[in-house]
Amino acid sequence: MNFLSKENGLLSWLLTGDHKRIAILYLISITFFFFIGGALAGLIRLELLTPQADLMATDTYNKVFTMHGIIMIFFFLVPSVPATIGNFLIPMMIGAKDLALPKINLLSWYLYMAAGMLGLYTMITGGVDTGWTFTTPLSTHYVNTNVLTTGLAVFIAGFSSIFTGLNFIVTIHKMRCPGMTWFKLPLFVWANYAASILMVLGTPVLAITIVLVALERTIGIGVFDPAKGGDPILFQHLFWFYSHPAVYIMILPGMGVISEVISTFSRKRVFGYTAVAFSSVAIAIFGFFVWAHHMFIMGISNYSVIVFSLLTMLVAVPSAIKIFNWTFTLYKGSITFETPMLYAFGFMGLFTIGGMTGVFLGTSGTDIHLTETYFIVAHFHFVMVGGMLMAFLSGVHFWWPKMTGRMYPEKISQLAAVVTFIGFNFTFFPQFILGTLGMPRRYASYPPEFQVLNVFSTAGASILGVGYLLPVLYLTWSLKYGAVAGDNPWQATGLEWQTQSPPLTENFAVTPIMDHEVYDYEWLEGQKAKEVASVR
Amino acid sequence: MSHISPVLWQYLVKWMTDFALFPPEASKIAPQMDALYFFMVLVSLVGLTIVILLVTSFSILYNKERHPVAVQIEGSTLLEATWTIIPLGLFLIMFVWGALIYFRVYNPPANSMNIYVVGKQWMWKAEHPGGQHEINSLHVPTGRAIQLTLISQDVFHSFSIPAFRVKREAIPGRYTTVWFEPTVPGTYHLFCTQYCGTEHSHMIGEVVVMTPDDYKKWLAESTSGMSLAQNGERLFASLSCAACHNARPDARGPSLANVYGSKLALSNGGTVLADDAYLREAILNPSQHVTQGYSPIMPTYQGQVSEEGVISLVEYIKNLSSDYRVQQTTNTTDLLPEGEGKAMPAATAPVKPGMVKQ
Repeated sequence: MNFLSKENGLLSWLLTGDHKRIAILYLISITFFFFIGGALAGLIRLELLTPQADLMATDTYNKVFTMHGIIMIFFFLVPSVPATIGNFLIPMMIGAKDLALPKINLLSWYLYMAAGMLGLYTMITGGVDTGWTFTTPLSTHYVNTNVLTTGLAVFIAGFSSIFTGLNFIVTIHKMRCPGMTWFKLPLFVWANYAASILMVLGTPVLAITIVLVALERTIGIGVFDPAKGGDPILFQHLFWFYSHPAVYIMILPGMGVISEVISTFSRKRVFGYTAVAFSSVAIAIFGFFVWAHHMFIMGISNYSVIVFSLLTMLVAVPSAIKIFNWTFTLYKGSITFETPMLYAFGFMGLFTIGGMTGVFLGTSGTDIHLTETYFIVAHFHFVMVGGMLMAFLSGVHFWWPKMTGRMYPEKISQLAAVVTFIGFNFTFFPQFILGTLGMPRRYASYPPEFQVLNVFSTAGASILGVGYLLPVLYLTWSLKYGAVAGDNPWQATGLEWQTQSPPLTENFAVTPIMDHEVYDYEWLEGQKAKEVASVR
Repeated sequence: MSHISPVLWQYLVKWMTDFALFPPEASKIAPQMDALYFFMVLVSLVGLTIVILLVTSFSILYNKERHPVAVQIEGSTLLEATWTIIPLGLFLIMFVWGALIYFRVYNPPANSMNIYVVGKQWMWKAEHPGGQHEINSLHVPTGRAIQLTLISQDVFHSFSIPAFRVKREAIPGRYTTVWFEPTVPGTYHLFCTQYCGTEHSHMIGEVVVMTPDDYKKWLAESTSGMSLAQNGERLFASLSCAACHNARPDARGPSLANVYGSKLALSNGGTVLADDAYLREAILNPSQHVTQGYSPIMPTYQGQVSEEGVISLVEYIKNLSSDYRVQQTTNTTDLLPEGEGKAMPAATAPVKPGMVKQ
């Protein structure tokens, strides 16, 4: 008996309050949206194979990259790790039976689906071409596409993310099992806690901004319209006040996954646990005060530029701290190279590049040349695809045995990780050079001398596509044919591994007691020894 | 970048430029910005190499076969401090270095030539003070500081010249500025880099850098007969501005002579520097900017004058300032086509690229 087999039928899923079932609903839905967003990315790369805008009209191209951005950011990246892996595991990691507010959790998923379906409907009935940034006055006065419905979709999706964040915060504060102090929390929980704070405090600002855009578009209140005494720069401030923290909402939970995976496969507690935990919190706090680095060339005052550039440098430091702590977790470990670990290594390399190139953009002088070009596209994708998506895949493989009770096939998964890594670099590395050369982003056509690098990028994207399709195939296969996993196939220390796979609906037969340190591999050895002794 | 490592540097940049892996350096700021860029590339490569070397060597030394039992280590305050302080120090160097370049790009020197640029869906229109207009192209001479005053007539655009390493957003409703000093004659890309709707990717053009002699010829060939200020004067007359702004003792509006560059006392008690942005605002939104001693009777010209019209009015009012005219004549005579502009009546003097008063 487990949470999957306890009840059957569609309704038992659609009305469930079980965080694990909701996590699986999320996993299926975000995978669906990921492949739609991915197909749109494919169209972008095909168009950019040649310098002319020949595959589609420029209007269509504009809609395609807008929808790619909106779907990937709001319907994949933001909910990806927290709503799937986080939803499934946070209660188990802290020894709880469920999240604090199971019905709100289900509501989150319904809001997400409603928003997603509205987004798709918008896309099918004409799309939107404002770019995912909804820049005013383009979005308020100049385009005649579905700005309002898309805005509504993002607005609703925002509430889904607020509810998830709220649920995590309450759960982590109130539902920890006996003995689970804050400094015994797995780093995955710390990372999701930090991301939840950002979701709860940041998302409402996005919601307000969208409402203002809608009011401006419909009744012309003029908050952003200079002709009515409004200020279009204000929109930029409000939008980035959410959207910069949003990138930390997206990356922090991924960092949490990497901490768990690296510890488990080097059989060692995470080096500098407190430093890693506090660096998540530091990122969340500093992350709120760097938004204007998106506006260095927009005519904000020189003093603002100084302050925001300096704060941006400070937010880069905790990420560097994390990278070095993960590296030293390997030191004197006992390392194995299963798929989650390969993805984690990929994450570390690509995130280091993504982070460093972020410093290029946070440095005010070089930002002038590099912003609004393919350099920023490459930087963002190194962090979000090279970082976040690698972390997501690492996490999905790592916890797949716990979620489904089955092992994924190791060899082909390792192959998929390597293919993804190679495809990724081929796709996005050339874009750094294109950006340095000055190729602007969001161009359907470009000067012919940029073609060679664009062809590289498109070729890489097709390899990357294969890398993403493989897991869908073999993970689905493994549901039926995968080896039975057992409770703790990785010999990991987290509480989630000390119960059966797949878990019971109430997670644990007996409420666990956290009587050892976090990442305590010696305790785990002791437990095993005891079990062997009791069998004899 | 000749002052850093002349031979090697020039060789590297030339090689990368030849293979279209690096943009040409065609302005004075470009090599300075590239020095910082390559410093950051170097730091990134060193950082990445350290991480890769450590991960690889730990993976070899401590893989399960070779090292079956892990040694548990809490952490190390010394190491934590090391990898906090060293990156922080490097980032701060980049921050300071970058800020210095940033200030250089956006603070024009006193003797720069001003060219107005209006962005609109989907074209760039440049207005030279001599009255020359161009669309999706910009002609500039080498060896001279050139300031662009940008504005958008509709949505956000962004004026980007990769070969100069400069870029500035053109914003609806306010002027922004950027400056550069071209160094190498040639034709370079001009891009709009801020997404601005359907034909965004066609909002491109070229920047033509010419030697001062060629530039002089170009100015003479492209003249439209009237300078920007003369256009402004005509507009000033047709809008009947002089009905109030006529410098008579009983005038209902303040005299505009020598207003530009002065500190104005406003009726709301504040003072303001009468720069380009102020003049524009005072034309479009006069009730917010009433000069002390006058009544708020001026109607708004919002929607009645195009951005180009406002620019010519602003340029005309600037030319009513004697300081501005003096600066202009002393600094631009070498660019005037032969026999022109040397002895013109004060109000119509500025046929040629003007100097911006600081």
